[in-house]
Amino acid sequence: MRFDIQEWYIQKQQEGETILDFQGDVTSEVISGLLNTIELDLDTLCVDRLKLKKKVYHVFVECLQNLFHHSDVPPLDSNYGTIKKFGSIILAKEGAFFRITTGNFVIKEKQRLLKDRIDQLNSLTDDEIKILYRDILKNESFSKKGGGGLGMLDIVRKTGNKLDYFFYGYNDSHLFFTLDIYIS
Amino acid sequence: MIRMETIIREGTPKTPFVRFDGEKGLVEIRGRSIPENSVEFYKPLIDWLEKYGNTPLGETNVNIQLEYFNTSSSKCILDIFKKLELIHKKGNNVEVNWYYEEDDEDMFEAGEDYQSIINIPFKMIEMEE
Repeated sequence: MRFDIQEWYIQKQQEGETILDFQGDVTSEVISGLLNTIELDLDTLCVDRLKLKKKVYHVFVECLQNLFHHSDVPPLDSNYGTIKKFGSIILAKEGAFFRITTGNFVIKEKQRLLKDRIDQLNSLTDDEIKILYRDILKNESFSKKGGGGLGMLDIVRKTGNKLDYFFYGYNDSHLFFTLDIYIS
Repeated sequence: MIRMETIIREGTPKTPFVRFDGEKGLVEIRGRSIPENSVEFYKPLIDWLEKYGNTPLGETNVNIQLEYFNTSSSKCILDIFKKLELIHKKGNNVEVNWYYEEDDEDMFEAGEDYQSIINIPFKMIEMEE
């Protein structure tokens, strides 16, 4: 049986206290709407903790934009074949942490690159992350999308925590890639 | 001397307030910069600076006061600094005021990132909440 995205999504919604969740087409308008909502939520949840609010908001922005720019089109044989930028995102409170969970399709060819990239980021110290960030920022070879791989790096730098990821097999061509990010 | 047209853009939830004033030698960016397509937003500003760089004022003041910016904007902001660096290299005064909110270490560090890459005088200014 293939990986059940809905089951995963429902399970993730039940981990901790969900503040905001979305699954569907991550369009520019959807991003604006979600950012508007999260800001109001965070104002209530992070009273007197402006620093934390800013961090959560910032990482949430990067996560949404990662989904917007890097999600692969779902396979035609899935229930999501007509949704161009299909993505899932959940913001939850888990004890002292905020958790942001994302999920999106990636084509199998990208798995190695993405895995190596995240493993590399997870292996670096805070200082190494800072140096790498500056190196990539300085580097001219940015993609038209603008990120040039800074998105994930920025998330690790801002949170100071490792990225928790998983690739679930979906079909012959696609995987479902999930990411859990913890912020405190 | 060619008079540069002043660019003023009001801020939106995803893009900052911008004022590029060639007559006063003033470059200001304030607010949020989190558009999905930052190249589209910044390209005209970078083009403006390139033109301004041909006949700049002896002194150019740059005020950057960002609340949030995404990684896709970070490269565009670097491109703006690179244009300003060229103006500075030609012997004109360029001073960057990088504003950050009290306790916002991330925005302070972002200023330091640019300062480490770009060779123009940078003033870090902490704003009280």
